[in-house]
Amino acid sequence: METPDQSFFHSLTAMESSGALSEALERITKSTVSDVNNAMERLPVAWPGFLALLSGPAENHLDEIKSLAKNLTAQRFGHTVNLYIPIYLSNACINQCAYCGFNSRMDIRRKTLSLDEVGLEGERLFNEGFRNILLVAGESRKDTPLSLMEQSVRALKEMGFVFVGLEAEPLGEDEYRILGEAGLDGVTVYQETYDREMYARVHKAGPKKDYQWRLGAPERVAKAGIRSVSVGFLLGLGEFCAEAVALAAHVKYLQKRFWQTSVSVSFPRIHQAPAGFELANAVSDTRLIKLISAMRLFNPDVTLTLSTREAPALRDELFGVGINQVSAGSKTSPGAYTVIGSESSAGEQFPVVDERPPHEVAEAIKKAGLEFVWKDWDKNLRPVA
Amino acid sequence: MDNDSLEIAGRKFSSRLLLGTGKFRSGQLMAQAIEASGSQIVTVALRRVDINNPRDHIMAHLDPSKYLILPNTSGARNAEEAVRLARLARAAGVSDWVKLEVTPEPRYLLPDPVETLKAAEILVKEGFIVLPYINADPVLARRLADIGTATVMPLGSPIGSNQGIRTKESIAIIIEQSPVPVVVDAGLGAPSHAAEALEMGAAAVLVNTAIAVAGDPPAMALAFKKGVEAGRAAYLAGLGKPLEQAEASSPLAGLPW
Ligand code: SF4
Repeated sequence: METPDQSFFHSLTAMESSGALSEALERITKSTVSDVNNAMERLPVAWPGFLALLSGPAENHLDEIKSLAKNLTAQRFGHTVNLYIPIYLSNACINQCAYCGFNSRMDIRRKTLSLDEVGLEGERLFNEGFRNILLVAGESRKDTPLSLMEQSVRALKEMGFVFVGLEAEPLGEDEYRILGEAGLDGVTVYQETYDREMYARVHKAGPKKDYQWRLGAPERVAKAGIRSVSVGFLLGLGEFCAEAVALAAHVKYLQKRFWQTSVSVSFPRIHQAPAGFELANAVSDTRLIKLISAMRLFNPDVTLTLSTREAPALRDELFGVGINQVSAGSKTSPGAYTVIGSESSAGEQFPVVDERPPHEVAEAIKKAGLEFVWKDWDKNLRPVA
Repeated sequence: MDNDSLEIAGRKFSSRLLLGTGKFRSGQLMAQAIEASGSQIVTVALRRVDINNPRDHIMAHLDPSKYLILPNTSGARNAEEAVRLARLARAAGVSDWVKLEVTPEPRYLLPDPVETLKAAEILVKEGFIVLPYINADPVLARRLADIGTATVMPLGSPIGSNQGIRTKESIAIIIEQSPVPVVVDAGLGAPSHAAEALEMGAAAVLVNTAIAVAGDPPAMALAFKKGVEAGRAAYLAGLGKPLEQAEASSPLAGLPW
């Protein structure tokens, strides 16, 4: 018989059927100013405090909450922010995610980098100073077979990148193990939405329709011995509070079961989606800031990441406020750094909002009283135990 | 006090404050804090620095003729990784001293006693001067000293926690038994914590977060320097024992009333 502990899918299902999820949501709705004040009394906050920090009344105390988040981040990570940059391996994709510019129904120029082209892109970014790379691909076994991912990871590690992450379709444990042996250090796999109905609605066709397979990916990553896994939901799809609660539960679940795996959280927010896609639950800046701060106060040790999807002013405001890792200078189409150039570029996944070059972002980080860190990892720290 | 030096592996240091170099908001501020602390031993996380790059943000600020640069193996999850990092530092000419850290869980960064011992054995055999970071475990401390580590570095409380010496009873036993210098590492959040460690008889302390994250790091570094000096002076002077009941500070007998 399956126990509720077997995977986060079962845990989440149990939370739903036992009423724990709706109870949590009710607590958020009913939270008062004094609940928010109580939450701020003792750090890190426990579960009820986390819920209070997501509430409406918390918004009136945002400055205070932000400054607590800032202090805690400094205590745990120091006055530093890590930098990384994505390399898009391919924009080929067989899925039809309604919110994504790579979905198979989009009429865009498709491109998969050859291994040489991965090398060119890598070299360019290495020379700019980057040491942390996120390799990104859509889902297409034909265009981006495991062997290409494996060779790309190996090539980037050999080039001198110290941390190589992958954001692509969810793979099986054995496949993650193979990539781990090639040097892969981390995997990013967003659930997009924890809301099953919404999940079914926005994932119209393709293997990605399998909610449970995707939800189990972080566990498979951890079991395969990859050192770090990054989770998140796409802000704008499901109902904000329900997503936040599920995400926090997911993080705790992973930390409890996989004590050697480092869990990080990202906050990708949809600003602009392909024509015809209506955002059901657009997330305001205030809510985004609230979620990031609450996550930091609830979980002081997780790395919290913010990408160039967000505008410069908001990013500048959040450097160090919970956020301790950011991308800079990102381009979201394959070959955009070198091979194809920006003018005739292959279709991009989402528009980059913070278009500042890396050195300007680094300046902004400095201005925020922080040191930007290119390298916080070493190739001698191998991914597989 | 002048000839009261700290001796580790035959090398003498006048300062008993070791400094970590991570977490500062700039390399310059780090350099100022080190200067103000009077520290002569600074640890550098190998995963953080580009050791072959002289322009590296941290390395560029550390003059090896002035400081003993003590590479640490933070990030290592097992003995094998720690050993590899230590060899890397030696091959790059940084140092054959190493602060051995093996922390398999990424959240509290608590040291793994089994893998630490294993790595220490290998590194000592290879001629490294090994300073292992450990939980405040007296038996482990003995075992490490037995195999030839240069110090033991028990934690006061979890790293970055600022909680001070929560492991006091065990650290007292370690100090009492240790044939090598005991350096209290991790969790010291205030100069008074550092003073307490030295009062107890610790040979030195290692501080990073409390200084790096302070509003004014150089000023805090100076405060820690004084805390360490005060604690050491008190230890040498011989602290009075705390008593259950109040006792008059001068004897009443023989007084004219
Ligand atoms: S989100 Fe990923 S899987 Fe979905 S269409 Fe875009 S690239 Fe393909």
